[in-house]
Amino acid sequence: MTHATQTLDQMRPPTLAEPGSGVYSNKLGMWIFLASDVMFFTALIGSYIILRFGMTDAWAQPGAVLNVPLTGFNTFLLICSSVSMVKAYAAIADGKKYFLRKVPGKRLQDGGLKFWLLVTIICGAGFVGVQLIEYFKLVHEGFTPAGYREGSLLAEHAAANGLKYGAGVAGMYGSTFFTMTGFHGFHVTCGVISMLYLYFTKVLPEKYSASDYRGIEVIGLYWHFVDLVWIILFTIVYLI
Amino acid sequence: MTSVAHAKPAAHGDAHHGPTSFWQKYIFSTDHKIIGIQFLFVSLFFLLVGGLLAMQIRWQLGFPGKPMPGGGILPESMVSGGVILPEYYIQLVTMHGTFMVFFAIMPLLVGVYANFLIPLKIGAHDMAFPRINMWSFWLALLAGMIMLSGFFVPDGAPRAGWTMYAPLSARPDLSGATISQKLWSISIVVLGLSSVMGSVNYITTIINHRAPGMHWFRMPLSIWALFITAILAVLALPVLQGAAIMLLFDQTLGTHFFDPVAGGQALLWQHLFWFFGHPEVYILILPAMGMVSDIIANGSRKPIFGYHSMVFAIIGIAFLGWIVWGHHMFMSGMNPTLGSTFMVSTLLIAVPSAVKVFNWLGTMWRGNIRFHVPMLNAIGFVSMFTIGGLSGIFMAATPVDIPLHDTQFIVAHIHYVLFGGSLFALFAAMTYWYPKMFGRMMSERLGKAHFWLTILFYNLTFFPMHIIGMGGQMRRIYDPTTYDFLKPQQPLNEFISYAAFALFAVQFLFAFNFLWSLKFGKKAPMNPWEDNGMEWSLPNPAGHGNWERTPNVYRGPYEFSSPEAGDKDYLPQYVKLPTDRDPVPAPLPAGH
Repeated sequence: MTHATQTLDQMRPPTLAEPGSGVYSNKLGMWIFLASDVMFFTALIGSYIILRFGMTDAWAQPGAVLNVPLTGFNTFLLICSSVSMVKAYAAIADGKKYFLRKVPGKRLQDGGLKFWLLVTIICGAGFVGVQLIEYFKLVHEGFTPAGYREGSLLAEHAAANGLKYGAGVAGMYGSTFFTMTGFHGFHVTCGVISMLYLYFTKVLPEKYSASDYRGIEVIGLYWHFVDLVWIILFTIVYLI
Repeated sequence: MTSVAHAKPAAHGDAHHGPTSFWQKYIFSTDHKIIGIQFLFVSLFFLLVGGLLAMQIRWQLGFPGKPMPGGGILPESMVSGGVILPEYYIQLVTMHGTFMVFFAIMPLLVGVYANFLIPLKIGAHDMAFPRINMWSFWLALLAGMIMLSGFFVPDGAPRAGWTMYAPLSARPDLSGATISQKLWSISIVVLGLSSVMGSVNYITTIINHRAPGMHWFRMPLSIWALFITAILAVLALPVLQGAAIMLLFDQTLGTHFFDPVAGGQALLWQHLFWFFGHPEVYILILPAMGMVSDIIANGSRKPIFGYHSMVFAIIGIAFLGWIVWGHHMFMSGMNPTLGSTFMVSTLLIAVPSAVKVFNWLGTMWRGNIRFHVPMLNAIGFVSMFTIGGLSGIFMAATPVDIPLHDTQFIVAHIHYVLFGGSLFALFAAMTYWYPKMFGRMMSERLGKAHFWLTILFYNLTFFPMHIIGMGGQMRRIYDPTTYDFLKPQQPLNEFISYAAFALFAVQFLFAFNFLWSLKFGKKAPMNPWEDNGMEWSLPNPAGHGNWERTPNVYRGPYEFSSPEAGDKDYLPQYVKLPTDRDPVPAPLPAGH
């Protein structure tokens, strides 16, 4: 009996520890959601590529309709917010929770989670604000999701210089531009709202510590993803 | 000989931190079991709605031009003198497909059984994100209500077919359904959100919340299938959402994505829809396959034949499912060379599918088969799925598809896999896990009567559709007698309609059995089917939080007729033999 039991026991696979991923669930869930969001943007961006290259007429030239310097500044703002997000994450991973602190022998003050997350929120909200201004200006000039509005400034330009303004593709240009950038802006807005929520419920009451900063890490992942999507969108929508 | 490793649950259940108020417990519940049951009732309701629509379709096809019994209660915009109008008929086929695919079969398989089974079968206390789980249910219900409201808006329900081919769907002025066409898009976006939320939850739960000892290859095949299905859903649904958003903008904001007049591409909609749609096909069948595997092993009292090959077949089907969408579009004007590529990849799917069918047969081969109701329905699944799989090969081959495309042959095929496949598996699953859900058994006698009558009338309904399809009857035709070449088939159409009415009527046996047993069914023992799964170690019904202490898992899920089991012919995963060592619980992940 004992001999047989031992042989049987040795034949079994060794008892392993619980086979989880080693990544806590919130973070894992966010990664899976981001994979799903990649597919969402792929649907939009893939359609844009197919539609744009399926057109027989030339696309509008970069900068003809869109204000590239303004959006370039906006891109810079969003990249800054990604940097400050990293600073916020690094600060709380080191246990720094404060706004600003004087460091002896240095001119710059040292910021903690409260400071850097606030910077991120401001930059993110600034991005949405600039995008809204851009939209209002574009619609005012006559650029709408349906194309160039009849009788508008842009429609006149397009009639005079069809190649530069992509007179034959205005409908597609408006459709893809507003859908892609609009949904990106929606993502940024969701991120800002989530960060504001965390700021008032978790960050200001100092619920995070060097041993538990899950919310910051998870929203950070989302934020960097949204930033990355924008860099792709800025390139393919504004620059080429 | 055997002994249960952990403390026996107390007699009152183990609702150690469950909420107490009715609203929290049954309506806004975060308990995965209650959410599963909520999904069950809602999707059974939509199954009934879809069935009622199907009956009206069958009336029109069998008896075109004759007043429909009870048609008088419908408004004048739908029927004229009791006769179904063409514009109502197209609403019927559109909404039948939409409800059955998105609001009946998909939530029944994924919403109900992923929610109910995953934590129970992997030994978890609940989902990883219980609140997101609750939202996923409420969003699905909201989406269903938005879709249903299409029938009550001034222009009637959507009428571009459940596949919503553009530009008919993108231009409400063409279809005539100005409001409900938009409601369709909104509903799909909301449903996609619900599905993604649910699937993120399922994947995270399965990866992170398995009980100690529940290694990947000790998971039941139902959990493997639901895991792979969730991955498909998480990647496929956003594509449909993106497409539906573009469609919505075409309908409301005046964009031109799918309108060729302004440079859009109608074919783009088909590509996006089927890029989602083909993984969706496997979302609708893989969980069924998984649950059937569990039930067949149980009913045969044998370990599942080829467990690993079953897992790899699921993964293979899921992977191939991404590269076959073009086979829905052979006749769309897509490049024919591309068609050949899609033909080859589609035919390849037959390989893992056949692996599964042979493994089920191998499991039953020389088994000590118990023909209980779930087993009967599971065998029904295997046989009907085989027919559906074989007719799929016809359409996968491009030359054969040319005449068969868009005929009733396609209708026969989809119903052989979705009704004959998924729905039989669901009848099996509903009967099988009913005792764990409601603490009572469904009537065996009624269940058997329901099974035999269903499989009879089901085949009488759908098999002749192959024949009239090959005879050339189009799939969405309003009146087959319009064409002389279809007139000789009309008696067969009438026959199908009678069979379909009988099939519908027989389903009330199931409905009665289901509802009656809630109150008057025989009280179920803890493990009525003598199964090995973790869920059978719980009392009926299990309390909030499932186990008082996290259970240990000692072996795989298919230890039937094992010599180690002693005088029983099954050896549950949670039973600790003297030779078993306890698994070591994992340390907490870094970062918190």
